Amino acid sequence: MSGVAAPRGASDTAWFSDAVVAILPELYGTARRLTKNAADAEDLAAEAVARAWRGRESLSDSNAFRHWMHRILANTYASWWRSARVRPVEEPLADEDSAEDRFSLFERLHQPFLLWFSTPEQEFLNKLLREDLERAIDQLPETFRVAVVLADVQGLSYQEIAHALRIPIGTVRSRLARGRAALQKALWQHGLDAGLVKAPAARSNNV
Amino acid sequence: MSESTNMQCDDALRLLAQYLDRELSDGEHADMERHLRTCRSCFSRAEFEQRLKGELAALSAAAVPSALQDRIRVLLDNTR
Repeated sequence: MSGVAAPRGASDTAWFSDAVVAILPELYGTARRLTKNAADAEDLAAEAVARAWRGRESLSDSNAFRHWMHRILANTYASWWRSARVRPVEEPLADEDSAEDRFSLFERLHQPFLLWFSTPEQEFLNKLLREDLERAIDQLPETFRVAVVLADVQGLSYQEIAHALRIPIGTVRSRLARGRAALQKALWQHGLDAGLVKAPAARSNNV
Repeated sequence: MSESTNMQCDDALRLLAQYLDRELSDGEHADMERHLRTCRSCFSRAEFEQRLKGELAALSAAAVPSALQDRIRVLLDNTR
C-alpha cells in the first residue's frame, strides 16, 4: 500500500482484499473488546468489511486505509448500539468529578515506601497479563468501555468518537476520563487480589 | 514539582490525557513538552500513562478464527 490514491474500479478488488486481510487481526481484536463475545465480534468485523466495500469510493488515500477501516468498524458498532442489536445500559452519570473519577493507578503505585523498588509503577505494568487488561476493559460500564476501546485500543480521535457515537466532544472527554479512571481502579484491585502490589499499599485500598 | 516553566503541575496533569491523545493545540502541546522536560514527577506520570495506553493499543491484535477468515474470503470473492 505505497500509493497515494486508492485504486479504482473493478481492478481494485485484489488490492482491497489484501488490505482487509492484512488488518483483519486488529479488526477482530477490537471487535472482541467492543462486543465482549466471539460470535458478535465475527459478525461485527464481517459487517464492517462489507460496509467498507460498499463505501470504498469514500477512501481517497490508500495510505489511510487502516484508519478508515477502523472508523467504519466503530460506526458499525455504534449503529448496532442504536438499534435493537446491542442495548446499552446508560449508567447514571450524576455526581460528576467524584473521587472515583479521579482514581490514578500511578498515584497508588508511586508511593514513597515503594520507590526503593526503583519504579514500582513500571514493575506493575511488567506483571500485568494481556488477559488482566482484557478482563478490566470488559468489566467497565458499557458507555465507558466503548469510549476507552475507541480511543485507546483503536486510536480514534475525540472527533471521530463523537461522530460515531453521536455525542458532543465534551461527553467523549468526560467518558474517557471516567472510563480510564475506572479501568485503572479495576487494575489496582486486581493487583491487590493477585498480590502484584506489596501489602503496605493494600492499606490505601479504599478510594 | 517544577516552578521553572509557565505551566504548573496542576495544569499539566489536567491536560495530560489530551496531550497523550494528541488532542491539544500546538501551543498547549509545546507548553506541555516544555513542562515534561523539566518536571520529573509529571514526566514519570506521563511515561506511565503512555505505556498503559500502549498496552491497551496492543490488545487490538488477536488471532482470527478460521470461520471469520472463511466468511471474509467468501465476502471478498463475491466482490470480484
